[in-house]
Amino acid sequence: MSELLAKEREVVVPGQVLANGIDYIPGNGTYRHDDKVLANRLGILSVEGKVLKTMPLAGRYMPKKDDVIIGRVDDILMSGWRLEINSPYSAVLPLKDASFDFIAKGADLTKYFKLDDYVVVKITQVTSQNLVDVTAKGQGLRKLRGGRVIKVNPQKVPRIIGKKGSMVSMLKRATDCKVIVGQNGFVWIEGSPEMEVIIVRAIRKIETESHYSGLTESLKGFLEKETGKKIEDDAPENNDQKVN
Amino acid sequence: MEKFERPTKRKPEETRPVEAEAGVIKKADGSARFKIGDTEAYAAVYGPRDLHPKFLQDPKTGILRCSYSMLPFSGDGTRVRPGPSRRSKEISLVTEKALLPVMNLEDYPNTVVDVFIELPQTDAGSRCAGICAAAIALADAGLIMKDMVSAVSVGQVRGHLLVDLDGDEEHMDENEAADVPVAMIPSTEEITLLQMDGIVTKEDLSKALEMVKPALKEIAEKQREALKKKYEREA
Amino acid sequence: MNQEILEHIKNSLKKGVRIDGRKPDEIRKVTIETGFLTTAEGSARVKFGDAEVLAGIKMALEKPYPDTPEDGVLMVNSELLPLSNPEFEAGPPSIDSIETARVIDRGIRESKTIDTKALCVEKGEKVWSVAIDIVPINYEGNLIDMGGLAAIAALKTARFPLVKDDGTIDYHERTDKKLDLKKMPIPVTVCKIGDVFIVDPTDEEEKAIDARLTVTSIDDKTLCALQKGGDHPLSETDINDMVELALKKAGELRKALEEVN
Repeated sequence: MSELLAKEREVVVPGQVLANGIDYIPGNGTYRHDDKVLANRLGILSVEGKVLKTMPLAGRYMPKKDDVIIGRVDDILMSGWRLEINSPYSAVLPLKDASFDFIAKGADLTKYFKLDDYVVVKITQVTSQNLVDVTAKGQGLRKLRGGRVIKVNPQKVPRIIGKKGSMVSMLKRATDCKVIVGQNGFVWIEGSPEMEVIIVRAIRKIETESHYSGLTESLKGFLEKETGKKIEDDAPENNDQKVN
Repeated sequence: MEKFERPTKRKPEETRPVEAEAGVIKKADGSARFKIGDTEAYAAVYGPRDLHPKFLQDPKTGILRCSYSMLPFSGDGTRVRPGPSRRSKEISLVTEKALLPVMNLEDYPNTVVDVFIELPQTDAGSRCAGICAAAIALADAGLIMKDMVSAVSVGQVRGHLLVDLDGDEEHMDENEAADVPVAMIPSTEEITLLQMDGIVTKEDLSKALEMVKPALKEIAEKQREALKKKYEREA
Repeated sequence: MNQEILEHIKNSLKKGVRIDGRKPDEIRKVTIETGFLTTAEGSARVKFGDAEVLAGIKMALEKPYPDTPEDGVLMVNSELLPLSNPEFEAGPPSIDSIETARVIDRGIRESKTIDTKALCVEKGEKVWSVAIDIVPINYEGNLIDMGGLAAIAALKTARFPLVKDDGTIDYHERTDKKLDLKKMPIPVTVCKIGDVFIVDPTDEEEKAIDARLTVTSIDDKTLCALQKGGDHPLSETDINDMVELALKKAGELRKALEEVN
């Protein structure tokens, strides 16, 4: 007789036996050993019928085609720029994808992007060896000016953005900060000094509490208390996290 | 054989008290503190990250690189000189080999996962404590791992097999005390670290390995609890 | 550092707000714990917020230096553990860790808090050596101040090991004898970013500083060591303001230290 030994949404850890019996099927973050299904990473258990999966709670960002991310210029190459992207791998922004202008060979590349510049880019290609190409051409893709960048747990990015951008939209409305959340866990923020401090605390709260229910409500309460102003409910058409 | 009582009144198969905590170093990708008796280890994991120099890279997989080190004030006697020694290098190597079998870094070709282990105080069993801390830290970093690795030593003092020798017990029997550090993958009971110094018969070695299993499984539970507690605490 | 972000930090500071929300002269939440390590004659854990530093004391009997046959030996060492921050690399001590150790050493030595003559057992033959090792566990800036505080907390609570009849040391037995500290030297580093002075910088803020001045003091008006760092010069007015701020902040830390026994 097959038996489930862990609960839906439970925090599970490597080597934990999730189910006994061959009726349960291992999905992402789990594996079969004899007639058992075990977790092979730290995560939240998700039970979909007989399929057991874990949603990761930690781990570095792995580049994916079409992700919009924020990179920091790490090196200026012959043919483009190398970007540090908060990942085990760096990305290359080739000349032809850096600007709608034609950039001649031998041009001064620092006129476009200097060392330590932050750039919003989109991933165009990831090879089997995880060589990553990005483009800065496209809507919302650009060099970031002003503001500051914080690093968050990349696994929590979907919660920081929220369903259809609802969470980030609430953060913006509450604090009047501009925010861009890169899928890689770099988050750019610009606003008044006081409000930036509040929004960073709110984001840290999302990071640590993302696996609990009622996150949106508790965040709303936090933001209203800290900013001292009421957050109006958002009209759906205002969810305009463009680059995500 | 004469009746033997451990100085701390522990039962032969009983470890010293264990404390384990995950996520203790905020700057690290994964981290842990593991304490068994008066032996304490911190471990921090950084990575997977870019590996330099390039010739060390493996295009098929990420590599694991462990570094074990005793802090200068952690030794039994006088100050331990900082920096690597032959002893710490060997322990780093066996630690790496103890952890590698549960890891799968194939998704991260050309990268390295760095594990730094530092001991602020020791009272025997330091390599085992380091391995236990490192395993928690690797899991805390979100890496794919088929199981924990749990480690403890089992020794023979005056003919008696004892789990988790402390410093006093190690020195009780200058002639024949044997010490066998063991690391195990709890779900498969496979051994990933095995060393010994001292004199032991092959029968006693088999007995020792059998005897240490329950202790290792208890330690594995403590390691798993530490990871779960991190997410409860943040509620 | 990214110039845009540097400007942003400076603009925020002009309005009196640091990137983590602190006021310019505010130290993170300070906790001091002592005497928890069994293998060290003295130990201290200092936390400023999430930043954590350990200090451990080892004592030994050694032959004195020939030029100071009646003086005990004091040594301060620091290592930037790769465990404590992704930017630290394994290898020989970096210049930053050497500077940290030397600045802390100078504060302790020059304050004359330890009477080195009292550490003499037999003139020219045998004196106590006191080695202080300082390591960050979680490095988030300000190692000099945290390490200096940890060092003095560890010294304050350290106890001599037992000397056996044959003159060797039994490190498993500790006596009730303590080092008799005469002073409480406390280093406080004041950093200048633009026109603003801050204390207790985070690792991120450390990258943005123009200049810094570490002021080690033994009470609210007496200095025992100084160290200027950073690429930019300081005016006399700057120095006076920085010293004043450092003395004020050292008072707060000294108070926290008084509760440690």
